[in-house]
Amino acid sequence: MEKKHEWFVTLPSFVWLLLFFLIPTCIIFIYALKSQDIYGGIEPGWSLEAISNLFDKDYTLLIFRTLMISAITTAVCILLALPVGYQMAIAPKRFRKLLILMLMLPFWTSFLIRIFAWKALLHPEGFFNNLLAFLHIISPNTTLLYHLGAVLLVTIYTYLPFAIFPIYAAASKFNFQLFEAAMDLGASRSQAFLKVFLPGISKGISTGAMMVFISTTGAYIIPDLVGGFDSEMIGTRIAQKVFVERNLPEASALSILLALVVFLPLLAITMFSSRPKKLELELRNKE
Amino acid sequence: MKRNSISFWVTLLVLIFLYLPIIVLVINSFNDSRFSSQWTEFTFKWYDKLWDEYTVWQAFGNSLIIAISATVASTILGTCAAFALHCYKTPLQKIHYGLVYVPLIIPDILMGISFLLFFIAINIHLGLFTIFIAHTTFCMTYVTMVMMSKLQNFDFTLVEAAQDLGANRWAVGRRILLPLLMPGLASGALLAFMLSIDEFVITFFVAGQGVSTLPIYVYTMIKFGSTPIINALSVIILALTVIVVCIAQSLSKEDQ
Repeated sequence: MEKKHEWFVTLPSFVWLLLFFLIPTCIIFIYALKSQDIYGGIEPGWSLEAISNLFDKDYTLLIFRTLMISAITTAVCILLALPVGYQMAIAPKRFRKLLILMLMLPFWTSFLIRIFAWKALLHPEGFFNNLLAFLHIISPNTTLLYHLGAVLLVTIYTYLPFAIFPIYAAASKFNFQLFEAAMDLGASRSQAFLKVFLPGISKGISTGAMMVFISTTGAYIIPDLVGGFDSEMIGTRIAQKVFVERNLPEASALSILLALVVFLPLLAITMFSSRPKKLELELRNKE
Repeated sequence: MKRNSISFWVTLLVLIFLYLPIIVLVINSFNDSRFSSQWTEFTFKWYDKLWDEYTVWQAFGNSLIIAISATVASTILGTCAAFALHCYKTPLQKIHYGLVYVPLIIPDILMGISFLLFFIAINIHLGLFTIFIAHTTFCMTYVTMVMMSKLQNFDFTLVEAAQDLGANRWAVGRRILLPLLMPGLASGALLAFMLSIDEFVITFFVAGQGVSTLPIYVYTMIKFGSTPIINALSVIILALTVIVVCIAQSLSKEDQ
């Protein structure tokens, strides 16, 4: 009876995800081992053309740039999210609810509309160009759009809530008496923040950083809409291969590359960060 | 609360940073000038033009059809999955959890391209149906996560009590589980609806030619020459979002 019941509740989602998630993912690998025909389809038989093209055409710059944009975005988002999460956690209850609602609203606003709003702000006729030209920071003819800077600004804007909410979630569970205890024992406010609060919410920080990093590395619309030649990312190149060149095998090979670029650093970080921690604990226990 | 601390000022700056583009957008939708930099006079003309734009309404209709159907399908699938994952700790459920978890963290573009290749490989015509399949797939993983967290706080002794009192499976489901899990189900469904109606990347990959949803329409407008109509459209979407978020907040309050 129990076994039958388990199958009854497991099967629908299990079969659905097998069919529409696992199999499609495996198909990427199959397509990467095919070659393109002239109609935008694929030739029968196997070929290593797409994979070897990946090594021939130099993708090092593209990978490096994608990782750099993701790293900067992640760092800035975490740095901004830490004080915000802290402020939310220490705020009085009514004020805290208002803060959560105010931070939620932009997060739920349509992703495309937020990008469009920035595009209007950074437009040559827009708010920022006029303001900065008025202040003589830039010349009136400078275009702020279609540059790396615009991409970074919009990725930070878009993914900041991904950092704020996990950090707030961790901070709201943090025991602030520890903070006071540290200060009673002579730590300054900033020392207590760095040495007690930050380690206490480390799980929230790593979750937030991971979410921002994965999203930015896979970004495609932001560099597509506000970026230019100096800010092309792996995602935009994949879209170009699919929609413009109709070269599905190379798009698949690039997708595998993107998956590696996203998950290898995360794997490396989790492996490196778990070991020293254990070591540190053992050392402390010995002391 | 200390108002002169660094964290207070950073929070204030972050809020200004988050709201500045949105506020400028709203103001511009009432601006008579085509260019956002100069204010000429207050007008509703962009809203009037939007009202006459037939293609927007068609795209909006498509988005609604997909969002509603994907919400229903993903809520059912996700709730089943959450029950399975919560109640059983077998090796099968470990694989099941992996299948639910990986789509959550994978970048959109990878999911989009895998769907596209899959539909091409099995030779399905791209259109509303393929969008529905794709949306149901990513929405159900979110619903599963929401429902799992609700089930963790659910008092299962109530189910045992009902069974002791002679309730059969059907009665337990209808009279105990459903009413008590209703707020959770509603917030899961609302999340699915919001995700589906705003989804662009995956949709763009699986939509094929000729089928437009609201986000695809907005994207095309941003990409290829945008008239201020899009400001008006954005403000309407924004207003709807505010309403839905407020409903969601009140739902989560009831839950507490």
